[in-house]
Formats: sequence, C-alpha cells, structure tokens
Amino acid sequence: MARVVVDVMLKPEIVDPQGQAIQRALGRLGFDRVQSVRQGKRFEIEVDADLDDPGLVQVKEMAERLLANAVIEDFEVRSLP
Amino acid sequence: MTARIGVVTFPGSLDDGDAARAIRYAGGEPVALWHRDPDDGRVDAVVLPGGFSYGDYLRCGAIARFSPVMETVIDRARGGLPVLGICNGFQVLCESHLLPGALTRNDHQHFVCRDQRLRIENAASAWTSAYELGEEIVIPIKNGEGRYVAESETLARLEGDGLVVARYSGDNPNGSANDIAGIANEAGNVVGLMPHPEHAVDPLTGPSADGLGFFASVLKRLAVL
Repeated sequence: MARVVVDVMLKPEIVDPQGQAIQRALGRLGFDRVQSVRQGKRFEIEVDADLDDPGLVQVKEMAERLLANAVIEDFEVRSLP
Repeated sequence: MTARIGVVTFPGSLDDGDAARAIRYAGGEPVALWHRDPDDGRVDAVVLPGGFSYGDYLRCGAIARFSPVMETVIDRARGGLPVLGICNGFQVLCESHLLPGALTRNDHQHFVCRDQRLRIENAASAWTSAYELGEEIVIPIKNGEGRYVAESETLARLEGDGLVVARYSGDNPNGSANDIAGIANEAGNVVGLMPHPEHAVDPLTGPSADGLGFFASVLKRLAVL
C-alpha cells in the first residue's frame, strides 16, 4: 500500500478571495504581520501499489483529469512514508 | 414537429424546473434527462441548468462533468448538438472543456443575487439568434463562483473571433474578465451563460421576459435544420 499526497493550489495569477478573507480575519485576531494567505486543497490517496511502482504514475493522471483544473490550478504529487 | 429539448437533472440541480418551463413558454417540448442515464439521442438540444450539482464538491461542475449523461452530451455537442449551460451548467461546460476558461469565486467574496443588465454581443449562436446585436436585456443573476477567467491568449481569441455572446452592462457583478457573462464555442452550438434567462420568461415571475430569446433562438435553429 502506498500513500500519496496531492496538493492543489490556485495558480499565482488567479485571485484567491477565500485566502484574502482569511488574511483579514487573521488581522482581526491580532496577527498583524501576515502578508498573504492562499488556500489550497490536500488529497491523501491510498493506492494498491508499491512506492516504486510505475502504477503510481496514475496518481498524476488522477490529478490532471479530476483533482485539479489546469486552467486555474497547479498541483504537486508526493509520496508519504 | 415540436423540438425536444432535454433538461438534465444532477443531484443538487435547482433550476431544472424553470428551464423546462422556459422551453415550454418558447414553444418547445422539455424532456427530463437524469444524470445517471446516458442520453440516447432522443433530444434535439440540451440545457444544463443552474444549481449545485453534486454539492459543488471538489470544484463547481467537476464531478457532473464525468456523469453518464455528460459523457454522451459531450460527444454529441462536438458533433453540433446545441447545448446551453446556465450558471452551474456553464461551470460544467468549462470543466468538460467544451468551452475554454474557468469560473472562480466572485472577487468581492459575496454571493450575488439581483437583476442584471446584459448586452448581447453575438446574435449568431444557436442560443442568441433571436436577439439583435447590441440589444440590452435584464435577467436575474445569482452565483458565488461566477467570475470568468481565462489565459490572456484565450481571452484575445474569444474577443477576436466574436465568441463573447453576452457582456455585463453597468456594474460587473463578480469580477469576470472583460465583463464576460457568456461565451460560445467556435461552431456556435455550445453556449455558457452565468445569468439566468430561464427565470425571466414571464413578467409575473421575473424582472422581464427578456430571457425567452435564448430558448426561442434554439427552436428557430432546430426548425431550420
């Protein structure tokens, strides 16, 4: 069993109103040194494969086809020990 | 023979009832399509209604795009089937890559719900031919993620090829690039629109009957074919 993490973030050029709202809320809590907040998504996927299995390539395809929208989002795939 | 226009119901669709009513008002025959049933070719056009398909999980429209009905609608749309996606339906069309770009959270962070003035910028598509070029209409808008974005080359192509079908007139309600409210594909059979023409087909229940033209347009197109 392999555990894989896919992190999805809005591309830098896409405005993130949720991140902005969180940044403002942090300011109201007194965290006045916050420069910027951007919110993303983290997927934890368990795959019936070994860590060095080429089957893990499928996770990248999952991210490309469903987990992320390449028009507005970037993603990163990494394995968990 | 009356044109048969399918209206898809996904789990979480809200405006399928009004879309069917608008089709009836325009003189067509609405046909209910269920998200789990592949479309078997018994309809002449399809409307993807507004709402929150699959609870807007993951991204608006991302899960609906892989529903059995959409697999066949996408195939037939590439072959020329007229398809109108309204609000969440527009999001489904972008996720399906039938239309370029994406719809993201409104720049002011609020859900917007009001009557909106639009200018028709393309009166040649399957869904806008009943309007005059430059005509201004007022129909409701209601969305939280209606801000149209696309890469600058894509925006330039949409503008250069006249694929922007409707633009916000007056205030931009959500921060959409170039005030874009709706776009068409190159062939003009697929149109996505963020505001809601199906809620404006009768002055008794909407701000106007200005929305009827979208449905009259496709009936006109189907009568010609």
